[in-house]
Amino acid sequence: MTLLSISPMHIPDGFLSVTISALFWGLTAVALAIAVRKSQAEFDERLAPLAGIMAAFIFAAQMINFPVAGGTSGHLLGGALAAIMLGPWVGMLVMACVIGVQGLLFQDGGLLVMGANIFNMGIVTVLVGYGLYRTTGGRSRTFKLAAAGVAAWLSVMAAALFTALQLWLSGTAAAGLVVPVMLGVHALIGLGEALITVAALAFVFRVRPDLLNAGEERNGRGWIVAGVLLSLAVVLLAPYASASPDGLERVAQDMGFISTAVAAPYELLPDYTIPFVGSENLSTLLAGALGVLVVAATAVYLVRLIRRPARRS
Amino acid sequence: MQFHALDRYQTGSSVLHRLDPRVKVLGALLTILSTALLPDGAWWAFIVTGLVLLAASRAAGFGWLYGAKRSFVVLPFLLAATTVMFTLPGRPLLGIQLGSWQLIVSDAGLVRFVSILIRGLLAVQAAILLVALTRLPDLLHALRHLRLPAVFVAIISFMVRYLTVLGDEVKRLLRAREARSAALEGRRAGGSLLWRAQVAGHMVGQLFLRSYERSDRIYQAMLARGYRGEWPTSNPHHMARRDWLALAVVVVALLLVQMIGRF
Repeated sequence: MTLLSISPMHIPDGFLSVTISALFWGLTAVALAIAVRKSQAEFDERLAPLAGIMAAFIFAAQMINFPVAGGTSGHLLGGALAAIMLGPWVGMLVMACVIGVQGLLFQDGGLLVMGANIFNMGIVTVLVGYGLYRTTGGRSRTFKLAAAGVAAWLSVMAAALFTALQLWLSGTAAAGLVVPVMLGVHALIGLGEALITVAALAFVFRVRPDLLNAGEERNGRGWIVAGVLLSLAVVLLAPYASASPDGLERVAQDMGFISTAVAAPYELLPDYTIPFVGSENLSTLLAGALGVLVVAATAVYLVRLIRRPARRS
Repeated sequence: MQFHALDRYQTGSSVLHRLDPRVKVLGALLTILSTALLPDGAWWAFIVTGLVLLAASRAAGFGWLYGAKRSFVVLPFLLAATTVMFTLPGRPLLGIQLGSWQLIVSDAGLVRFVSILIRGLLAVQAAILLVALTRLPDLLHALRHLRLPAVFVAIISFMVRYLTVLGDEVKRLLRAREARSAALEGRRAGGSLLWRAQVAGHMVGQLFLRSYERSDRIYQAMLARGYRGEWPTSNPHHMARRDWLALAVVVVALLLVQMIGRF
């Protein structure tokens, strides 16, 4: 029995630069730390059995495939589904553990780059999937299911876009090719994801509607804002990045991601063209660490900002 | 489904097997980090790292090529990296005419591409050796010692345990679908794509409900048996002199590799 099919989204070790790996490990660690606190507050000691078995569920559900055409088959990634069924925080934990076990035990995705993998498939998908789904609070069931489908499709596209951007920023792939290819492939994979997500939700709606309505009363404005903003960013950025990668490169240069001094615009770590000296190494590490700190601080600040209006309502 | 289908642990009693799991985890992670830090075209450093990994595979009693043979899982992903061959500026080596497209492979691009391939292959071998040498409870226990939050260890423990149970559940669902999907030879069978996706989706929904309800029952049962959030392991974890020595050897070897790769 084949347990896993190689997904084009699980980045192996060696394909991302150390700086990018560290940056996304930092972001992921911050998000997961918050997720642990929030879910423990809600589920207490029940969390481990619930999240553990739900992680096994997502892992097992990824084995359920359906024939598409020409010997290929569609199957689930599950980020949006997990977030809609279990809530965003538990959803993040579940997806992180699924990706962690896939990387650690099955070498489906690397260890050093696991932060990036969890970020793409476990945090971005949850944010987009849950945020968009929650915009439908109080609407009809058909409306909700339609929104869940759109959310599932867009969550896969968002994850693919982030994967492509990470590969590009690491100097592993050219933006002009990797962004349109990743988005093109995942536009199809995302359709399968959307269909299965909608059908699974429809089934649960019919059989145990109480499970899905449990989250309705909770405050969700922050999630809606975050999900919609991220989705908008993806929707706006994806065509731009595909159509004019030069523009993308210019933006990255302006923001200091890519040094302009080197002819090739894909240098984050000094490569063989530059003799490696200690100070270069140190500056790269420092830049990476600084980036992590800045991003972490921004994330904490944003979370505070988002939580405040939600609490007042 | 047997638990062995998931656990990649290979029994043995080699020196590497007996090391403290923390040393194995750190050794694998440091090897992967070192490989990622090596600059493009550091061939000698790549070769030395590869030889060390082959030797480790041999020393563990798996044979020289155990890890190497299984490292090809990264190859499909290589497709993403092919583009650097053409886009990195450098001395042109080879021109490929693709319709109206002129693709030129540059020397810098080729070096970058091969380096990415080698880094990927080496890193995966380190990870494969780690899981082949370490029992899963020991691995999780070691991660706990290395400050992975307890809640993740607990979730992953449950996940891996119930993966086999839910895996069987999935197999039953798939077998049931097979049984329902009788088809005459040569005749088109089954409904539209939409219908097929719906069937798969209902199976996922079914699996979700069974899993969700199961998680509750399991929790109650485990509470009754005195579960307190961690799984015990019968192997004591303490760093002996041998373990420190092994860790030191790994660190020194990797520092040497870095020096070889940079000068």
